Amino acid sequence: MDPPLTAVDPAVAARWQRLAQRPVVLEVRGLGMRYPDRAGRPVSVLHDVSFTVRRREFITVVGPSGCGKSTLIRIIAGLTRHTSGEVLLDGRPIQGPGPDRGMVFQSYSLFPWLSVLRNVMFGLEMQGKGHDEARAEALQWLSFVGLEDKAEAWPSQLSGGQSQRVAIARALAPGPRILLMDEPFAALDPHTRAALQEHLLQIWQHIDITILFITHDIDEALWLADRVFVLQPPDAEHPGGWLQEIIPVPLLVPRTREMVATPAYRQTRAYLEQLIHPPRLAPVGERLPVFKLTKAGDEVL
Amino acid sequence: MRRFGVARPISGRAAALLWACSFLLPLALWSAVSYIPWLWHPLVKITDAGDSTLSVGMRVQPEVFAAAVANARQQGGQPPQGEPANPIFLPAPHEVLIALWTGFTSPPLRSGDPWLYQSLWHSITIIFWGFVLSVVVGVPLGILCGAIPACSLLVEPFIDFVRYMPAPAFGALCVAIFGINDAPKIAIIFIGTFFQMVLVIAHTTRQFDRALIEAAQTLGADDRRLLTRVIVPGILPSLYTDLRVLLGWAWTYLIVAELIGVSSGISWYINQQGKYRAYDQVFAGIITIGLVGLITDQALLRLGRLLFPWTRR
Repeated sequence: MDPPLTAVDPAVAARWQRLAQRPVVLEVRGLGMRYPDRAGRPVSVLHDVSFTVRRREFITVVGPSGCGKSTLIRIIAGLTRHTSGEVLLDGRPIQGPGPDRGMVFQSYSLFPWLSVLRNVMFGLEMQGKGHDEARAEALQWLSFVGLEDKAEAWPSQLSGGQSQRVAIARALAPGPRILLMDEPFAALDPHTRAALQEHLLQIWQHIDITILFITHDIDEALWLADRVFVLQPPDAEHPGGWLQEIIPVPLLVPRTREMVATPAYRQTRAYLEQLIHPPRLAPVGERLPVFKLTKAGDEVL
Repeated sequence: MRRFGVARPISGRAAALLWACSFLLPLALWSAVSYIPWLWHPLVKITDAGDSTLSVGMRVQPEVFAAAVANARQQGGQPPQGEPANPIFLPAPHEVLIALWTGFTSPPLRSGDPWLYQSLWHSITIIFWGFVLSVVVGVPLGILCGAIPACSLLVEPFIDFVRYMPAPAFGALCVAIFGINDAPKIAIIFIGTFFQMVLVIAHTTRQFDRALIEAAQTLGADDRRLLTRVIVPGILPSLYTDLRVLLGWAWTYLIVAELIGVSSGISWYINQQGKYRAYDQVFAGIITIGLVGLITDQALLRLGRLLFPWTRR
């Protein structure tokens, strides 16, 4: 099946051209990560991954479990060391974790001993800002995510969606070049998740931020992103997780929920679906070895 | 019985009731054994010696009492009178209560001996200084070991080795080094709690959520501020609980510590009363230790809730 790019809306194509001319923020070249297992044999998590991300692009990364997408984002964040290749942020190789790359975790990871406001102030204080300045900026960020009334609450008093909004405000406050999000909405209920997706797009449209977002939800990946990166687990030809394909999403920005019903979306979705869940790996109609344990005559069918 | 389900939550009133019962049940058992004459009471306490060689207040085996009665009858004398009694080492609750009261209100039997409250206060100062020294060195060292793997490898194997040496074994050494007064006692409390403390706190620190450390790193925290702004405040509630448990250990080592060199404090008091066979006073001393422990622990628990408001829901 070919990529469904034959009949792209001219407005979308024009936007892609504009995006392609923006400066590169993140460049990943020949990235590999391998570690010795208990027996000392090398296990390869990522193998020869290369891509570039341009300023203010929204990238989502999807792939089946075991494809190394979490490792990829942790390497970019500086939390895991890569063993080959390089990661350049604004042309400079990354050196460990730093405030130029904000990170949002699935588990929120708010500091439970700090109030919501103090959580957002944390990164600002690490930059050497004084208490008053950090406080004023943090309050602005909280109002940006609509939670200024929760400033004095403890993180344990927040709902999951509120926690993740605080985590986003906290990650954005130090002014990172790129926001790394590791399945940030996976633990939320569908309703809250949809609300947060819209929040995130609003935030992205209003500030100078590039986003790299990991998810295992195909609809989330397509609806949010300018481009979707498809990672695949190791196979016969690839010793580690590898970047199979980069799919541009043929939809205009800002996104609306109605776009999900357009042919462009549905074609792209179908293509992505068969990349990630190839038909041969998901046999439909296979029967479980279940046998009858109900009484005769007690039929519900 | 509905309340005793596995993992079944308990309401506030029922919890208070159960709390009270955990003290009242042992007390009821003790009272029953003490006040119901046909429960246990293996001895006979002489109330009237009659014409026997026994004397009033003695506690004798029933066979001895029966022989004395038979002997007196045979010789035509007045048989001795007696009542069932428990051994002298099990005084009744009211006797212990009276002993507790008199222990605190009346002067010691031998003039020059310290009062009960003086002994108790002396014990508390020994515990305090031993434990404070232990905390001042042990807590920072434990946190460093837990946070920095290289520190852990450098320090913990040796501490693990020393930990297995019972603190009392250092008694003779401590006296040789620190003399015979309070210093060796404080040293024993220190030895008894310090090594455990480093290991327990290192373990607590290692349990700290790695994701929070990583979050702080991506927000620009360097190693120094990871320690002071993330790890230390993050583990404080667990560290506080650890210290409460370790304070209990300190009381255990106190009893050994006070018998080293010039014996002193509450354990001296208990031993002294034992020598006088004043077992009601012995119980009073032991219960005093229990009460001090219970009160400090409950006070620290409540203080903890004030100190760490984020741990409350």
